Amino acid sequence: MLIETTGIIETTGLTRVFTRRRRRVPAVADLTFTIEPGEFVGLLGPNGAGKSTTIKMLIGILRPSSGRVRVAGLEPSRQRTRLARHIGVVFGQRTTLWWDLPLRDSLALVRHLYGLDARAHARRLAELTGLLELEPFLRTPVRQLSLGQRMRGDLAAALLHEPPLLILDEPTIGLDVISKATVRGVLESLNTERGTTVLLTTHDLGDVERLCRRVLVIDHGRLGYDGDLDGLRGDDTMEAAVTRLFSTRPAHGEAPARDGQGPAL
Amino acid sequence: MGPVHAYLRLAGVWCRALLQYPVSLAMLTLAQTVGAALDVAAILIVFAHTTRIAGFTEPEVLFLYGTAATAFALADTLVGSLERIGAHIRSGWLDVMLTRPVSPLVQVAVDRFSPRRLGKLAPALAALLIGAAGLDVAWTPGLVAFTVLFVVSGTVIASSIWVVGAAFQFIAVDAAQASNAFTYGGKELTSYPMAIYPRDLVRFTTFVVPLAFVNWQPALYVLDRPDPLGLPEWLRHASPAVALATAAVAALCWRAGLRRYRSTGS
Amino acid sequence: MRVYATVAWLGLRKQATYALATIAGAFTNTVFGFVRAAVLIALWQARPGLAGYDVGDAITFCFLSQAMIAPVRTLSGGIPELAERIRTGDVAIDLSRPAGLQAWWFALDLGQAGHGTLFRSLPPLAAGALVFGLNTPADLATGVLFAVSIALATLTSFGVRYLVALGTFWLMDDRGLVNISTLAAMFCSGMLLPLNIFPGTLGEVVRLLPWAATVQVPIDVYLGTTGGVAGALAFQAFWAVALLLAGRLLTGVAERRVVVQGG
Repeated sequence: MLIETTGIIETTGLTRVFTRRRRRVPAVADLTFTIEPGEFVGLLGPNGAGKSTTIKMLIGILRPSSGRVRVAGLEPSRQRTRLARHIGVVFGQRTTLWWDLPLRDSLALVRHLYGLDARAHARRLAELTGLLELEPFLRTPVRQLSLGQRMRGDLAAALLHEPPLLILDEPTIGLDVISKATVRGVLESLNTERGTTVLLTTHDLGDVERLCRRVLVIDHGRLGYDGDLDGLRGDDTMEAAVTRLFSTRPAHGEAPARDGQGPAL
Repeated sequence: MGPVHAYLRLAGVWCRALLQYPVSLAMLTLAQTVGAALDVAAILIVFAHTTRIAGFTEPEVLFLYGTAATAFALADTLVGSLERIGAHIRSGWLDVMLTRPVSPLVQVAVDRFSPRRLGKLAPALAALLIGAAGLDVAWTPGLVAFTVLFVVSGTVIASSIWVVGAAFQFIAVDAAQASNAFTYGGKELTSYPMAIYPRDLVRFTTFVVPLAFVNWQPALYVLDRPDPLGLPEWLRHASPAVALATAAVAALCWRAGLRRYRSTGS
Repeated sequence: MRVYATVAWLGLRKQATYALATIAGAFTNTVFGFVRAAVLIALWQARPGLAGYDVGDAITFCFLSQAMIAPVRTLSGGIPELAERIRTGDVAIDLSRPAGLQAWWFALDLGQAGHGTLFRSLPPLAAGALVFGLNTPADLATGVLFAVSIALATLTSFGVRYLVALGTFWLMDDRGLVNISTLAAMFCSGMLLPLNIFPGTLGEVVRLLPWAATVQVPIDVYLGTTGGVAGALAFQAFWAVALLLAGRLLTGVAERRVVVQGG
């Protein structure tokens, strides 16, 4: 098959079924979408809709049951290691840094994981230190950082190897207003100035309104909406629009696999 | 970046981080040294009451202990962190590792690498040297090389057991302790002559979990003793081959475990 | 008293949530039991009657000591959960409860130990009995005295470990202290080898230390190989009371420290 591909993320009929207590429970069903380089996309949906399962398939941690997925031109589940060099991943619910180590040592470990040379690393680290305002706590053990500081550290770790695609799972969860603003500012400037493609999941409508030019809404594992914010909003407020969307979707199966409960996240 | 290169680089970062608390590192290393020294003390106490156990003299037992403890101390230092993989699966940390371009086996094995585990090496090597010096054996360069080679093979076998134990935790997340029976239990078992164990156990450790090749079989060659079970003499030279085979089996187990993890999502 | 019973029950329940870990632990205890037994059998075959034990006594010693890992916590040097709460300052919450800190943690420890005894101690003991046929107590009275002795051993072990955990109040890094305590518990209790075959002065010293009261003495009570049961129990009681009193005094000092420094 010779299909000219341009999307940095492309899925066709992406499906994932879990077997729980001998019952087959679809967590993600028939997901088809394409994200072009340079886009800023929000992946929305209630708890248990299949957001985390989708992200796990995009980054190659989880094998799809069926369907096709390409990220940066690679097949994630087969080419996970190669793909890792093209994407930065942040899990908002847990740190990707080492608890006991000062932030700087954690970033040194990440540097060696990606095999970055010392000069390029120093330049990149200085740049990120400025952008994310890391200087005051570079020497502090990660466990002593506030949630906001930790998230900035996590972002630095995900960006050290200059990935063209950034995938974030609830990056602003639990952050205070100021930290949220910093994180959003950094994501926005990465996207507009560097052309980094960003895909994020969130429950925070502020993130969506401020950042996302396009939203994908998943409910019960299916794509419910794919388009710009205004189209989703219609004449309603954002909250009302989302509420309306979720409440009109027919329930499908009685026990959807919940994010965090299905795959042990 | 090759896995060995990655391992060394990451281990280096951990060492530098630990060296920021030199007193703590020294204390923990000392504790490991004392712990191993107490193993040696137990052997000395046993031989305070008798000249032989199961026909083996004190230098012979010290030699067996020294070779086993050296192999297991090296393996523990290199890959001992693998036993925490169950905790990594539960906390989701393994997912984080899977988003990085280095083998998760290397990442888990080197996680929290600490030279303190080498603390066990001093008493182990001391026992090995004292035992070797006390043996009624002509230490030709060839025999020394043979001994070094079997200790290296023993390290590979012991490391492989750790890998298999870690792979098992993909199926049973809470079962870290079960692999302890084979890792730390294996070290305990190989510290004394196999002649003290029931024959079926010795057959099990020869043909199923190849602990007998960590030190017992090649040591029979060094000590020039008959095999109490009457097993063929060529087994004494089989340690390097057994090490390679064990490593291959361990690699397969690890792949199967990781595949299962990524296809079931649990 | 009700509150401590509840705490103990919680401790037991907490352990019960890790079923697979429990099975794995029982398996490991059993494997170590057989390996240790082989060494002792070889020694007693070479020296029958050594230290007043016959081979059967030595085997029984080995499996009993292996079974005591759970109730007496012989391989634990401290109380990790308490040390962690002291490190993080959460202990201030414990101190503000109307229940005493020492009794609270003893109850929790006892509950966890109870679970361990059922599921981690009995399997290796049963396996040892099946393969070798372990000695049984000479009479009912010996059995009762053994139970008393185990209780005193549990108190003594807790007394030591509680002091070690309180050390976290004063030490930046308590791991060194815990390591020393763990090694002492291993070597000086009888877990490594029976203390009555330790030679010369070393033997005389280890048999007087508190760790002797945790493994060696109860097993001697069981086997009927003490110099005198009353003396053995008094020795245990002395260490249990002394250590628990020291713990109580130190709790008071630590409490004032928390009040003054705010943790």
